[in-house]
Amino acid sequence: MTDTTQSSPDFSNDILLKMRDIRIDGYSDEQWHPIIKGVDVTLRRGEIMGLIGESGAGKSTLGKAAMGYTQPGCKLTSGSILFDGVDLAKASDRDKRMLWGTRIAYVAQSAAASFNPAHRLIDQTVEAATRRGIRPDADSRTDAVELYRALQLPDPEIIGNRYPHQVSGGQLQRVMTAMAMSPRPDLIIFDEPTTALDVTTQVEVLASMRNIVEEFNTAAIYITHDLAVVAQMADFIQVLRYGEEVEAAPTRQMLTKPEMPYTKSLWSVRALEKPEVKGEDIVLSIDNIDAAYGPQQVLFDVSIKLPRGRTVAVVGESGSGKSTTARVITGLLPPLGGTVTFNGEVLPAALKDRSKEQLQQIQMIYQMADTAMNPRQTVEEIIGRPLEFYMGLKGKQREERILELLDMIELDESFMDRLPSELSGGQKQRICIARALAARPDIIICDEVTSALDQIVQEGILQLLLRLQKKYDITYLFITHDIATVKAISDEIVVMLEGKVVEQGLKSEILSPPYPDYTKLLLSSVPDMDPDWLTNFLEQRSD
Amino acid sequence: MNAVLSTILKRLGMGVATLFIVSAIIFSSISMLPGDFGETVLGQAATKETVTAFRKELGLDKPAPVRYFEWVGSVLQGDLGTSFSGRNASGQDRSRQVSDLVMPRLWNTLFLAGVTAVIAVPLALFLGLTAALYRNTAYDRIVNATTLTTISTPEFFVAYILILFLASLWPVFPSLANIDASTALGERLYRVALPSLTLTLVIVAHMMRMTRAAIINLLASPYIEMARLKGASRSQIILKHALPNAWAPIATVIAFNLAYLVVGVVVVEVVFVYPGIGQLMVDAVTSRDIPVVQACALIFAATYILLNLTADIIGIVTNPRLLHPR
Repeated sequence: MTDTTQSSPDFSNDILLKMRDIRIDGYSDEQWHPIIKGVDVTLRRGEIMGLIGESGAGKSTLGKAAMGYTQPGCKLTSGSILFDGVDLAKASDRDKRMLWGTRIAYVAQSAAASFNPAHRLIDQTVEAATRRGIRPDADSRTDAVELYRALQLPDPEIIGNRYPHQVSGGQLQRVMTAMAMSPRPDLIIFDEPTTALDVTTQVEVLASMRNIVEEFNTAAIYITHDLAVVAQMADFIQVLRYGEEVEAAPTRQMLTKPEMPYTKSLWSVRALEKPEVKGEDIVLSIDNIDAAYGPQQVLFDVSIKLPRGRTVAVVGESGSGKSTTARVITGLLPPLGGTVTFNGEVLPAALKDRSKEQLQQIQMIYQMADTAMNPRQTVEEIIGRPLEFYMGLKGKQREERILELLDMIELDESFMDRLPSELSGGQKQRICIARALAARPDIIICDEVTSALDQIVQEGILQLLLRLQKKYDITYLFITHDIATVKAISDEIVVMLEGKVVEQGLKSEILSPPYPDYTKLLLSSVPDMDPDWLTNFLEQRSD
Repeated sequence: MNAVLSTILKRLGMGVATLFIVSAIIFSSISMLPGDFGETVLGQAATKETVTAFRKELGLDKPAPVRYFEWVGSVLQGDLGTSFSGRNASGQDRSRQVSDLVMPRLWNTLFLAGVTAVIAVPLALFLGLTAALYRNTAYDRIVNATTLTTISTPEFFVAYILILFLASLWPVFPSLANIDASTALGERLYRVALPSLTLTLVIVAHMMRMTRAAIINLLASPYIEMARLKGASRSQIILKHALPNAWAPIATVIAFNLAYLVVGVVVVEVVFVYPGIGQLMVDAVTSRDIPVVQACALIFAATYILLNLTADIIGIVTNPRLLHPR
């Protein structure tokens, strides 16, 4: 399928990787399930392939299989992996080890977890090259510093002497790219390398990764669920779903005219946008809030107003104080100064001083639905608890209300007896929404509620939230770092940076010029579905 | 570095505070022992007056809080007090300083513990690392089963089995480990061979299993997978990538077992007639020799606190997050 779309089908040795009919099984629930069901991959030297799909599509498993590696609990059942003429599917562990870290390198998603906390960065950077004697250790260290410099890391001479916990996530991700590049491999597998980063950091990391693979003419497989990101990196894109290839095509062709309905649906998710409505009736306002964790102040004079029945999106990068603001509103973190006013009445600062009615009116939904639910309680108990606590409902009444709530979140009564572990990510988040709705709140604070979900599932949750808002006149404070989500759901936007409010206003005002510097940076850092976006962005910046 | 130093000082302060609390517990629980030294020594025939006079001479007539603070005060000055034994009704005083009784015994115990630790700790680490390296192989299973067997067998039984084979059937080592201050080092080592072998068999299992578990626990970390994908071999992964992050739990379990070697070996001492501090304490309890009991208990508590403190410090200095703050 891929071969037909490529320009010059030749059989010279510029084909680096050729995977044929790859099938991989994974072991869970005491039996083997197919994860990859017969996928082909062809990659030439210096070419970058984008591998996209939602979680569970098997893209990471396939990416690692390109190294001849399967995770514990997975096995390759058939297929061949020809890397430069050697079949990695049949090669011995020792032979594969000789290739790993030297001719094929891997860049993992979570840089923080993938660096050994006990060793200095430069020791880890040169480890593979030194082990195989590619060049003397001292030369590798000099080379590592040059790589750090090429990747635009600050203080390239000394940053290698630090330990992983001493540098930021974006820097760590670049050091990992340097580590992969150190032995000058022929192929690098990038496994969601920018997913955990803030948008403004992501741009920098993407740009430096792209430059360095171009400089050394390294082939790469770039795995991600973010279409706009892959558009910047890849020469061609392969879409994966349920372990099967959906389609593959050169990047531009794939973006302009995707053929399969599934690919089209992936592309269309980003189109969701709620028309904004201005709100007059202020239901909750926080005024001049200062807050601190211990001696460290994290919020400085923050004021936000929530109009009834509207969505106010709070955007900003990690550490900007978004979640802390939510903790202040709910009373989990009493502020140092300032007030929280609900319906004209000042709320007590601390949770324990608030009345049951005051607690009931503000509910919360969290990013990690997994950890926000007791894993040993059934859906019925999870939703039933606020009904008992706030409404005093029992027996038949309680059961009826639970069914009503399940209906509101578009799940049926068969879910009553399920445990959280028996639900999908989207279903879990729906249960959390039902639990918040159970209290009949005026305000729901949504803290990154869609960040951990796939794009199509995200869309479902966002549309559910919008429908509920229309029907029950609920006010949302929607915390997120994702601009696409903001566009989809908000009426008003609050931009936060380093514990301060940078800008606040209607969506149309914030998302159109003139921008304050930071808002501009934040908005311009979000990749478009345009393969030239990154190039243009970098050019504009250098002007 | 200052952060580490202040943490260590804080732990040290907490250790001292703990020691004080323990001293109060020791004192009050000993006060609650039934019977007293006066009655035990003088026998049931003694008149009430003689017992009272004897108690007064030993200071036992004073109220408990006063006695406690007198005891703590003199311990702080390095004086563990005078033993009750050696006195009798005749009024002759052949009693000895507690430190004279305790110190040689403590030295013997530390010697036995030291010899055992030198054998057992490296052995346990080696077995634990290799078991993790070859996990789920026959080697791993044999090591696990063997150490489990030795830990599940009562130590006096292990001791008698060793005596049967190594002292009786093939007399390689002596069955009695009676040493005194004049015994030369080589002779000492020879005599403690069987007791230390017994203790080694008892403590190796725990340390070995913890080492294995701590290593295997880390093998699921993303950075271990990263090390594999950088081409590291199994032994490089375990020694270079897993072990440096596993020291804290391993140090804790080693400290626990070393403390056991000092405070919990009375059975082995009895079997091999080894003059250690455990036997001294048991004898002192029997004869209601309160100053000796208190001194031994305090030494045991201090041993525990000191070894756990050491384990904590190892945990801190092997954690780069604490050693190299941002």
